[in-house]
Amino acid sequence: MDSRVLQTWELSLWRGTEEGRFASYQVPCRERQTVLDVVTYVQRHIDASVSYRFACRVGMCGSCAMTVNGVPRWTCRTRIAEVAQGNRIAIAPLSHLPVIKDLVCDMSVFFEKWTTAGGAFVPTPGATDNFAHIPPDHAARRAADAAIECIGCGVCYAGCDVVGWRPEYLGPAALNRAWTLVNDARDGAGAERIAAVAGDAGCHACHSQQNCTRHCPKHLNPAASIAGLKRRAAAALWRGGS
Amino acid sequence: MSRAGEARLWLAQRISAGILGVAVVVHLGTIIYAAHVGFSAAAIISRLHDNLLFATFYFVFVAAAAVHAPIGLRAVIAEMTAWRGRSLNVAAVAFALLLFALGAHAVLLLTAGV
Amino acid sequence: MFAASRFHARNHSNYWAFMLHRISGVALALFLPVHFWVLALAAKSLNGFLVWAHQPLVEYAEAGLVLLLALHLTGGLRVLVLEFLPWHNWQKTAIAISGGVSLGVALVFMLNLT
Repeated sequence: MDSRVLQTWELSLWRGTEEGRFASYQVPCRERQTVLDVVTYVQRHIDASVSYRFACRVGMCGSCAMTVNGVPRWTCRTRIAEVAQGNRIAIAPLSHLPVIKDLVCDMSVFFEKWTTAGGAFVPTPGATDNFAHIPPDHAARRAADAAIECIGCGVCYAGCDVVGWRPEYLGPAALNRAWTLVNDARDGAGAERIAAVAGDAGCHACHSQQNCTRHCPKHLNPAASIAGLKRRAAAALWRGGS
Repeated sequence: MSRAGEARLWLAQRISAGILGVAVVVHLGTIIYAAHVGFSAAAIISRLHDNLLFATFYFVFVAAAAVHAPIGLRAVIAEMTAWRGRSLNVAAVAFALLLFALGAHAVLLLTAGV
Repeated sequence: MFAASRFHARNHSNYWAFMLHRISGVALALFLPVHFWVLALAAKSLNGFLVWAHQPLVEYAEAGLVLLLALHLTGGLRVLVLEFLPWHNWQKTAIAISGGVSLGVALVFMLNLT
């Protein structure tokens, strides 16, 4: 859309908790406006009681993710003109997470699942004595590298159907994090982590629908990370482990 | 079910999928060949009779299908309906046994005439 | 609007591949017991089976089953490649194209025969 042609955005914002409704607002069009800019305009000029989260506004902190016209997105780096349908735009909180108020979700479950998936680094004994020698082109190093830039925004989690179908499923972000550590030569909890991410609540529930990979704003590939975990877990079973 | 148990089911479904991948190609090839040559059903059945190769192949085929299908159905039901847990696992095992019994029965009738 | 946006968020090739695989898988799992049952009946009373099997409706149903089987086979090969081989984006494209082409060729071949 060419924003010079349009005068106002017809905005539908989710108000309330899980039991809420969409409220309508008109927001003037500006050049290069982001979705976050439009929500901020509502809060500053129309209704100060609108609740939403943001911090960095430059795609680093991962706090401003919302559902924009049905698709989970980081709102600070999403141009509204690229995602509006005509001049209509509907903004809701992320799916699969409890709504605290308006556009703000409770992210606790999301991050608790990172812990359950063994998301914490566990140094091998003696790892602090000397530097680990890891060549930059080492295969495991490259696998970890490809998945490491996650900002924890929750877009993949909200976009994943399996999370909706199996509430206990750890989800793409937590499993992607586990994959980076499985490939970290300095980490000593590999076997425990592989056991923690196996099964119907872990990597084996993934159907490779790849909504996560499609929606990840950092262009990571959690589906590939999960496939890697499936292979490691299967190999561990084959060897008679866990 | 334990996480390792669920992972074993996943692996069992993939291994049976590998067997089925070969078996289905052979099966489809046989159907197309039979139709191409224009065998009647009677001719097909007479060729199957006392054929140990066919019997072995189709027993393996039936066994792989009896492992593969119930694991898949169990996942679909757990994800798309409210039914999950122990009763679903029991039903999946029952379905596996039913499939194997019916399939083995058909293979025996067609190859041995039992 | 929200049904449309739910669709929009999932309208990509990998999701379509998943849906086709799931639908064909459930249909095949439900069909299998019937298939085995009919085979057993055919082995017992051949003449009755031949009359039944040559009704147009039954022949269309058979073509549908071959389609489901071919879809689930090629979709399953895709899943195995995704899960067991190192990840390459071109690999998925190649599998999708080869699956689609082989399916089309097989169906045309089948339809020419009947």
